[in-house]
Amino acid sequence: MSSTVAARILAHPFLAALTGEQYAVLAEDGTPVVFAAGERLFAEGGIADRFWLIERGGVALDTRVPGRGDQIIETRMAGTVLGWSWLHPPYRWHFGAVARVPTDAIAFDAASVRRRFDADPAFGYALLRSFTPVIAEQLQATRLRLLDLYASPAQARQAEIQRADT
Amino acid sequence: MTTMAEPAAVLPRLYRVASRQEDTHDTVTLQLTEPAHPVPAFAPGQFAMLTAFGIGEVPISLSGLGDSGDGRAQRLQHTLRAVGAVTRALHATQPGGLIGVRGPFGTSWDVPSAAGRDLVIVAGGIGLAPLRPVVLAALADRSRYGRIVLLAGVRTPGDLLYQDELEWWQRNGVEVALTADWADRGWSGEVGLVTALIGPARLAPGNSVAFVCGPDIMMRLTAEALVALGIPADRIRVSLERNMRCGAGWCGHCQLGPLLLCRDGPVVGYDRVAALMRVREL
Amino acid sequence: MHTSEDSAGRQPPAGRVISAADGLPALFGALRGRGYTVVGPAVRDGAIVVAELASVAELPFGWGVETEAGRYRLRARADTAAFGHSAGPQSWKSVLHPARARLWSADRVTGTVTADETADRPRYALLGVRPCDVRAVGILDRVLTGGQHVDPVYRGRRDGAFIIAVECTEPGATCFCTSMGCGPGADSGFDLAMTELVDAEGHRFLVRAGTQAGADVLADLPSRAADSTIIGHASTAVAEAADRMGRTMPTQGLRQLLIGSRESLHWDDVASRCLTCGNCTMACPTCFCTTTEDVTDLTGDHAERWRRWDSCYALDFSNLHGGSVRTSGQSRYRQWITHKLGTWHDQFGSSGCVGCGRCIVWCPAGIDITQEVSALAGLQRAADAATATEP
Repeated sequence: MSSTVAARILAHPFLAALTGEQYAVLAEDGTPVVFAAGERLFAEGGIADRFWLIERGGVALDTRVPGRGDQIIETRMAGTVLGWSWLHPPYRWHFGAVARVPTDAIAFDAASVRRRFDADPAFGYALLRSFTPVIAEQLQATRLRLLDLYASPAQARQAEIQRADT
Repeated sequence: MTTMAEPAAVLPRLYRVASRQEDTHDTVTLQLTEPAHPVPAFAPGQFAMLTAFGIGEVPISLSGLGDSGDGRAQRLQHTLRAVGAVTRALHATQPGGLIGVRGPFGTSWDVPSAAGRDLVIVAGGIGLAPLRPVVLAALADRSRYGRIVLLAGVRTPGDLLYQDELEWWQRNGVEVALTADWADRGWSGEVGLVTALIGPARLAPGNSVAFVCGPDIMMRLTAEALVALGIPADRIRVSLERNMRCGAGWCGHCQLGPLLLCRDGPVVGYDRVAALMRVREL
Repeated sequence: MHTSEDSAGRQPPAGRVISAADGLPALFGALRGRGYTVVGPAVRDGAIVVAELASVAELPFGWGVETEAGRYRLRARADTAAFGHSAGPQSWKSVLHPARARLWSADRVTGTVTADETADRPRYALLGVRPCDVRAVGILDRVLTGGQHVDPVYRGRRDGAFIIAVECTEPGATCFCTSMGCGPGADSGFDLAMTELVDAEGHRFLVRAGTQAGADVLADLPSRAADSTIIGHASTAVAEAADRMGRTMPTQGLRQLLIGSRESLHWDDVASRCLTCGNCTMACPTCFCTTTEDVTDLTGDHAERWRRWDSCYALDFSNLHGGSVRTSGQSRYRQWITHKLGTWHDQFGSSGCVGCGRCIVWCPAGIDITQEVSALAGLQRAADAATATEP
């Protein structure tokens, strides 16, 4: 089972920094999963006990806003990694995630992976180095979306006025 | 003896609005026709200076050449957003109304030079309008090009231009991926930055030519992402925008460092402008 | 160009000598007889400006100037020279590239757009164009008529213009035409070139023609042949002027220096002094930026487009999407000097500066373009030295 998983995760550029041995180790904690369209992967506030490499399909990150319902924050396409709240305490999801279309992924047991970090710091370092660029990129992208660059000057002025008033 | 040379460069020609299509809440596509004369040869990427008489003049990229339907004359298509006094007046012009046109000005996307390669077209917001002629030119000569990949980002789904056409393009050989900054559950495209669409598009960097248009920051980030993927900077073309008062190289307003964007642009190779775009307030 | 080359042995073109007393009035007559409107220096409001001259008497005989950074004063000369001054607040662009011009009128009722009529536009004779300003006219020619599109307003005024250059024998304190390679002698770009000589032998001009039109006018003037003495006298005067420039500009590597200075700390220093008033752009003979204004009458049936001078120092010059790209004083000063001395090469194939020194004189803060370049060069050298000593 894990050798198929190893083969599948090998294809992801996200883990390119891992050595062959580290791939094998990680693969032991990986399980292929399938989600139907609309199926929830996790809920906001839930325990962050897994992370996924999305192979096919797509996932939406969402959050429940009182009075506005579920808002999509961002979508994650095939070939991307989902979930990093498992890396640090309190190991709770900041947002929810829902499959938008039938989705294939490899799910990793976060607790087990964390135990491997303690046992083999080099492995932990390699995985952390894989995750930090992803997190940084998402932060940058989010900051840029905050700039609302596609807004017309009137829309931008409106936002400025509203900010000044509060 | 004094002579008045080339008044045409300065004199707007009177065009009539043949049709007016509302694309979004603030954007409209006008088809302009000059009854007595054929439309001048506008290449994809070039722009016209459009005059709202008594109000002012602005540079607007060509978003297409429409057919008048009788096979004789073509029409200029311009997609514009109402953001100031002039564009609001142009935006409000009804069929039959008069608009002044000077042009064409500027450099073109030069689509034919990408023959044999994949076309990677990345649009941010209303940047899709100047890129539409690239798609149309490629579709008109489909066998000449490899993949035609269109990645477009919008603010909200309601801001997406040319929605009907996008579906037609998709059915006729254009790979289309869309993303919005904000969306509700009714949206089938992605939610996030347009650069997130690049990886999943699985491009062949060694055989791609990129055409990028949108806000400055979006173009810079997109170009950097494409460079990181392996597309050489001189095969990434951006369409830059600055204040233009004349469009003809005389007024000095459209400078970006050594470039006069009405003459050396608006389409420029990213290799020429990468450093310039990073300088504050240049 | 240094006329010391001439005194070293190369014969200057043969010339004629005219006197101020009868030659200049004859020159006026010859020009007006050919239908020219004569434009030249005149004293007005405490300065020597560029004005239409009705007669020779309006020339500033006996007037000189005291100039320095941020300073301009008229002074009475000890002689009667008419062209012994420099760095006036205006340049010949006031004539060829006017501050206001109507581009067209449109009529909604008749559905027509009509260019401004030029059939009865005056033809100008520019009297007293210093070599720096001759070069400036050449630079404007390149910008406004040398590209793909020709500016019809400039072309309309330039085509019929008659240029009478006056070589410089008395540079000002802020002059540096020699550094820019365009003075103090005149070698081309004129119909007539004159060198003014005022001494015990009288007030006269050595005149030579640069074109057939110039030769035709010269033939109409009372003149005598120029002998080698007077030719030598004139060329010495010009050669000595070359050695008395008030400023110098190091032009070697200037374009590259400005490219390398985009992020320089020096811009903060200039910004602490620069008022972004734009005087330099108004006085500069090569600054060409313009903007347009569309106006309409109350009925809305009649619209016009007017063009007027603009300045890169104006806050809305770089207007984009409701704001400006260049809002800080730093960025606007940087734009002006980088364009003038650096990117002008990329855009038009030459420097934009002719060393006339007007920007230095007319800057209320006394900012000196040659000093700013020295400061940038100094910072660059220090930075290069620092990187060279890094292990």
